[in-house]
Amino acid sequence: MNAFGIIGTYIAASVGTLAIGLFFRWFDRKATAMVQWRKGPPWYQPIADVLKLFSKETLVPSTARRTGFLIAPAIGLAASALVAAILWSAVLMPGTGFVGDLIVVVYLLLIPPVMTIFGGLASGSPQAVVGASREMKLILSYELPFFLALLVGVIHSDWSLQLGQVGAVPLYSISGAIAMVLAIIAMQAKLGQVPFDIAEAECEIMSGVYAEYSGPPLAIIYLGRAMMLAVMPLLLITVFWGGLTATPWGIAAFIGKYVLLVVLVTLIRNTNPRLRIDQIMKFFWLGLAPLGIAAVVIAVIGRAWAIKWL
Amino acid sequence: MSHKSMISIGPFHPLQEEAEFFQLYLDGEKVVDVDVRISYTHRGIEKLNESKTFDQVAFVVERVCGICSASHPLAYIQAVEDIAHVKVPERALYLRTIVNEMERIHSHLLWVGLAGHFLGYNTVFMWAWKYREPTMEALEIATGSRVNYANCKIGGVRRDITDEHLKMIDRLVTGTRGDIEMLTAAVVDDPVLHARLKGVGVLSKADAYAYGACGPTGRGSGMPIDVRRDDPYAAYDRIDWNIFVEETGDVFAKAKIRLLEALESIKIIHQAIRDIPGGEIDAKVENIPAGEAIGHVEAPRGETFHYVRSDGSNYPVRHKIRAPSYNNVPTFKASCIGADISDVAITLASVDPCYSCTERMCTAVDAESGKEMFDFAQLVKLSQEKTERIRKQV
Repeated sequence: MNAFGIIGTYIAASVGTLAIGLFFRWFDRKATAMVQWRKGPPWYQPIADVLKLFSKETLVPSTARRTGFLIAPAIGLAASALVAAILWSAVLMPGTGFVGDLIVVVYLLLIPPVMTIFGGLASGSPQAVVGASREMKLILSYELPFFLALLVGVIHSDWSLQLGQVGAVPLYSISGAIAMVLAIIAMQAKLGQVPFDIAEAECEIMSGVYAEYSGPPLAIIYLGRAMMLAVMPLLLITVFWGGLTATPWGIAAFIGKYVLLVVLVTLIRNTNPRLRIDQIMKFFWLGLAPLGIAAVVIAVIGRAWAIKWL
Repeated sequence: MSHKSMISIGPFHPLQEEAEFFQLYLDGEKVVDVDVRISYTHRGIEKLNESKTFDQVAFVVERVCGICSASHPLAYIQAVEDIAHVKVPERALYLRTIVNEMERIHSHLLWVGLAGHFLGYNTVFMWAWKYREPTMEALEIATGSRVNYANCKIGGVRRDITDEHLKMIDRLVTGTRGDIEMLTAAVVDDPVLHARLKGVGVLSKADAYAYGACGPTGRGSGMPIDVRRDDPYAAYDRIDWNIFVEETGDVFAKAKIRLLEALESIKIIHQAIRDIPGGEIDAKVENIPAGEAIGHVEAPRGETFHYVRSDGSNYPVRHKIRAPSYNNVPTFKASCIGADISDVAITLASVDPCYSCTERMCTAVDAESGKEMFDFAQLVKLSQEKTERIRKQV
């Protein structure tokens, strides 16, 4: 692929994922409204929100480090767009990936939350500092189980670290099922949704890390989060759930899985209260991490003796 | 290593709908001290009442609290009736009971919803408020208004409720029983809610007595007090009902007590509507003699206390109000310290505080000269000096 091809893929994937992400944002809000006996917004509401924010003034608090404060959301958005480009090319054009792109994706997925911390700390607001420290602990909590879950996928695809080749995890196998559950919970945390929305926690620290953002930077944060809402389910489908096969039935199944994962995110966030940071750390480290290690061990054993259901 | 920082909750904060200010002193995420500063919405209602006639005051005190707008007038009116030695007709007593209990249901459900919102559990927020809606409708049928009822008057009530309307109210209120039971079960059995509420914001029994906590806050800490039972007014002594006491003193206990009380209120309303006698609703009080008296009522948040003094004229000479939040807000000193910052939000909300009801104005008087200190000019001067000092430090 030449340079134009790469840039073209990047732009197309960003715009496409953004559109899907904004649609899912609306879907999430509409489904939430239905659960809560409300009417919910019209389909164009997320786009209207973004446009409105872009037309607003950018306020930078006097305590903030201006450059870091303003650049952090943009880098976060760019990183999630890059993940989207890599994932979509792996899904739509199998074989275009490179060796180890799964590792690159895992690293890139870490950038949006790190940038959230960066921006929060740069804003110099005490609420944002508390929010940033919570986000940090949150990352430390969910990264290990998330990584272990992906590792199960890697083991099942014969230790391949290439996205196009991963995706052969049989979900009916014990390790595959455990890994899927871990990945869904880690996805919830990565998306910063209830019960893991401690970094913003509107009623405790007034949106925490985002407290000082306004106007276009806030719009970019909003877009970045919409992007992540589209990227994370896509990653899960690619690694654990067979990706996309180019038949009508395959495309329908792909869309079905995609929507199902977003519905799961919405349902989890509507049926749980926010957890405390110590509870989250205990949950991930003492609950999910051992489970993840067990899944990896089971997968290795299953691989070594060629037992399908392990 | 100890890192001390300050987080302010307030004066304007999404946590609470009123202006209030809590300065939290943190060590990491642990609260080591809390400074409660209120008095952002002092309205001077007590002074205002001295220029209103006895009948008008009932309407003013409704506005003390937007939610306890049946309890405050009732407490005031009971004080005045005590001065004038009025015998209130039976039917009026039952009508008062019905409206006051509906107020309790809607207040408790409102709190449950808000508590859910503070925990990021917006589904509970929306559901609780939906289940509250039939009661609001019943209140509108009973009094013509959803918020300020203008229901009581000295000597009775202002509006009778027809039998047809009583049936409608019974149907609406009793109809929510199943929903509230479901909500109670959902809250009491949810393991994640247990994790967030059990053992959180514990107010020990000793602290509850020391700070004089009242209402569900006190009952959640093992204080078996309820004005409705201890000094019965309206028709509470003619009805079969229970009070609920929990020993644990955490937020979970307070939430559970509120939900159970809402269910008990449905029982009370049902019995009151069944047993209500016919007859007059107004004792037609002519004048208020000189004298003084107190009236107290179990508002949804606890005991509201009114003192009235009359000199035989048309106006109260002195009217003193003590809303339940006045007792409950200081308990934060006992329940918040040592907690995690994410627990403080729900602990602050757990007493169902109502700040504007509680506001006081105080003056400092020099003990020796008897002169008033800290008047407006002096306060401005102090503020300017402080600004200067901070500017120098920066």
